[in-house]
Amino acid sequence: MSVATHETHGHHDAHGDHDHGHHEESFVSKYIFSQDHKMIGKQFLMTAIFMGVVAMLLSVLFRIQLAWPGESSNFLSFFLGEEWAPGGVLKEDMYLGIVTIHGTIMVFFLLTGGLSGTFSNILIPLQLGARDMASGFLNMLSYWFFLLSSVIMLISLFVESGPAMAGWTVYPPLSALPQAVSGSGTGMTLWLVSMTIFIASSLIGSLNYIVTVLNLRTKGMSMTRMPLTIWTFFVTAVLGVLSFPVLLSAALLLTMDRLAGTSFYLSDIIVGGEMLTNHGGSPILYQHLFWFLGHPEVYIVLLPALGLSSEIISTNSRKPIFGYRAMIGSILAIGFLSFIVWAHHMFITGMSPFLGSVFVFTTLLIAIPSAVKVFNYLTTLWKGSLVLTPAMLFAIGLVSSFISGGVTGIILADSALDITLHDTYFVVAHFHVVMGMSAVFGMFAGVYHWFPKMYGRMLNTRMGYAHFWLTLASAYGVFFPMHFVGIAGAPRRYYDFSVYGEFDAESFTMIMDLNVVITIFAIVGSIAQLIFLFNFFYSIFRGPVAPQNPWNSNTLEWTTPVEHIHGNWPGELPTVYRWPYDYSKPGAERDFIPQNVPLAEGEEEH
Amino acid sequence: MASKLIALIVIVLGVIAIAQLVRVYELSSKLRKRQEHEISTRDNDFNAKLMFVFLVLFYIGFIYLLVKYGYTGRGIAASVHGKDIDWLLDLNFFIIIGAFFLTNTLLFWFSYKYARKAGVKALYFPHNNKLEMLWTVVPAAVLAVIIILGLKSWNEITGAPDKETIRVELFSKQFDWTARYSGSDNVLGKFDYKLTTDKNELALVTTETIDSAIYVMENGPTGIKAIETKLNDRNIIFVPEDKEKMENDLYRKERLIRLLYQMKERHDAKADVRVWDDFIQKDTLFLCVNKEYEFNFRSKDVIHSAHFPYFRAQMNTVPGLTTRFKFIPDVTTKEMRKNKKDNKFNFILLCNKICGGSHYKMKMIVVVLPESEYKVWLKAKQKQTFKDMYFATAAAPVSPAAPADTLNVAVDAMAAPAN
Repeated sequence: MSVATHETHGHHDAHGDHDHGHHEESFVSKYIFSQDHKMIGKQFLMTAIFMGVVAMLLSVLFRIQLAWPGESSNFLSFFLGEEWAPGGVLKEDMYLGIVTIHGTIMVFFLLTGGLSGTFSNILIPLQLGARDMASGFLNMLSYWFFLLSSVIMLISLFVESGPAMAGWTVYPPLSALPQAVSGSGTGMTLWLVSMTIFIASSLIGSLNYIVTVLNLRTKGMSMTRMPLTIWTFFVTAVLGVLSFPVLLSAALLLTMDRLAGTSFYLSDIIVGGEMLTNHGGSPILYQHLFWFLGHPEVYIVLLPALGLSSEIISTNSRKPIFGYRAMIGSILAIGFLSFIVWAHHMFITGMSPFLGSVFVFTTLLIAIPSAVKVFNYLTTLWKGSLVLTPAMLFAIGLVSSFISGGVTGIILADSALDITLHDTYFVVAHFHVVMGMSAVFGMFAGVYHWFPKMYGRMLNTRMGYAHFWLTLASAYGVFFPMHFVGIAGAPRRYYDFSVYGEFDAESFTMIMDLNVVITIFAIVGSIAQLIFLFNFFYSIFRGPVAPQNPWNSNTLEWTTPVEHIHGNWPGELPTVYRWPYDYSKPGAERDFIPQNVPLAEGEEEH
Repeated sequence: MASKLIALIVIVLGVIAIAQLVRVYELSSKLRKRQEHEISTRDNDFNAKLMFVFLVLFYIGFIYLLVKYGYTGRGIAASVHGKDIDWLLDLNFFIIIGAFFLTNTLLFWFSYKYARKAGVKALYFPHNNKLEMLWTVVPAAVLAVIIILGLKSWNEITGAPDKETIRVELFSKQFDWTARYSGSDNVLGKFDYKLTTDKNELALVTTETIDSAIYVMENGPTGIKAIETKLNDRNIIFVPEDKEKMENDLYRKERLIRLLYQMKERHDAKADVRVWDDFIQKDTLFLCVNKEYEFNFRSKDVIHSAHFPYFRAQMNTVPGLTTRFKFIPDVTTKEMRKNKKDNKFNFILLCNKICGGSHYKMKMIVVVLPESEYKVWLKAKQKQTFKDMYFATAAAPVSPAAPADTLNVAVDAMAAPAN
């Protein structure tokens, strides 16, 4: 694997050999089948970056179709060839396939596997003062399942009948019936196989995180002295353990309907001229099962990003995070509420309207802990002494997108308003801003902030700035106009909006114009990511060597040596005497006091 | 191929060029003893200023979009409850845009204002119960208002329809819509998907349609007898896969025929009249202004969604389940055309749930007529009830195109005055 060879070079450049006074490891056990949490975290990151690039490329492909429908594009024919883009024009089926795989990869592989896989692995043991995860072997297994499922998902793009085409939610009957759409054949089977393995990976990983957080905290590291990052990883893992198995059951029943002739989701169907005998199933059952995972999944994606940004904002504001306990309370409240809101995705599926009103209530409740978090971030910035590192910029960007996307959620959670906005571009805009932008910004913030810890080198800061500003501007440029397309009632997953020309000239002009604007911003945004990719890979090998604690941070990971050693700390594990947010504490010499510094005489804990 | 190669070479050269530039930057940094982890005051101030600049540009862009496109595509709501929804939507937008401006302004303003300055120390301010209480209680109070108003509208919209409501069925399949009006008795006759035949696309249940479905299932070109004859023909040698396929097909049809016979036994011929007076309408859905309609949605194959953007109405159509939505159109097509200043404008029913390759083409024109014109249309349609059409096609299978033609005439006639 290329990751492994990169690693070798990096370390040779940095310090010649691997002699750290610990037991010698072979190349394979160190870089490939590694059981070290830091290496596994980096493996997750590399895989996720690759998957993210694929998913981003897919989005550019379908954005080109949406902006210039029916026009021949060399870019499309370059990537899709004559089979899926004859004459450089995307095929209808493949459009749906690309949209589906874009969503699947982004939600599961980049933002679930990538975000929580990378940072839970790297930060949980380091910030808790543990030598490694509770089970190194299970941790390794979690990564290899993740890689396997990623590979299968990518393979599904290349099968003859096309990848899964039923949208990332793969609602049956469409996903159950190959007669209904070509992608529901082999492509869908591979999708289900890949997701099954992914769920296994996620479960193994999450159980490991939970056990580690509960059992392997170093001396003095009580639950209320844990950094907020760990709190979010912990709650995320709990959400994952409780909700992913439900997705597995949904997928399993779907597989049975597809292969074994059962009727869990199918009833009274005639498709492709064939009268099916399935009777008594309900497609709405699938939606309940799917969204029982699907909604907590939103927070599985979002919470780690919020945790990372809490840490980064506090560090770079040189101020304690405002309302630490309120933040923990909000995380727990969000985690709990996320399990009782799922049916807000289903207001108009034919579900009982009364049930709908219950879910309106629970959904809007989530806005309260979210608002608390936002105001706490704002107060943390207030009267701070902000060091605008690239990580800090991304964390601020995250707060902005969390607000901008969060407020539109209030509209969609209101069932009466959802009637007209359901499944329009307004929804697409909403979740891309609140979940996509926020989580990606959180992930970038995390990479910029912990890169020195991961690779022992520094990223180039100015490239980071360019990357941030271009990404922020283009991301808003993509998703803000989308709200207006959606308010006009334009449905999502439409291959071509030219159909509007047949009945509403005004909407037609507006949608087509905005689609061009959106696509141009999407392309600019994608190109901006090249700056990051270059910076990332270049700095792994040639970046300046990092100091031990580059951001003057309090948490324990910065007390480990720059070069990675198995077991993290060369001597004894550090003991913790204080919470992690003692920044600019009055009476202290410097503006930060690491967690392993004992309380001074007469000093009070926060 | 050559162009692809050139493109690749350009990319590779580009990356090398950037790498060289970065090398130069690094060497100059080294000379100036610049360290990546120490953010210089210049960089810090520059980014702080950009925070402010971004805030301004962000708001300008947003307000521009809001003014230019806020109501453009939406137009006025063309139904009674739609006007409620629009009012509620405006109110909600007012609240959330307020919150959006407040918090984003604070965020970017703080990022600009409190950027590190020499000699200024950050304020140690870990928590404050009063403040935290404030921003728990205020959002909760605002949300309570939003929830109460929202649920009030929701309950009205999803409540039981009036007794006089006109019942119309919307039948969806890949990739079109068919409407069935409940006819003179205002009751939609029953249906069962197993009765689907070419003559009875909506699978309506009558004594005749059951008999006909049984006949087709047994004696049709791909019926049970045909399959059996083929399978028993010693002169044909089958590919094993084909044979398995045919046997499965036979097995399936044998199960279905048993169910059809059961249905025949249980069928009450008195219910036939409910079906016979229904009439079927393709391509265009005609509605009468200011009359309440309750739509019953059906799907033949996969989930579709009946999305009427201008009436602010939407409901999924689910195979195996009847879903319902009611609304009162209160703007005629003619009035809407005047309002939109667009002579060709039409109300529309779109499919809004991914349903296959041609999903985006699945639509039906909706025409809202004043009562007088609607009555003229209705009178014509009542001569084309399901009974009339069923037996007409049974006698001479010619005229499925006929109703569509009359409709086009109706649309044009209606459109003419506007032009």
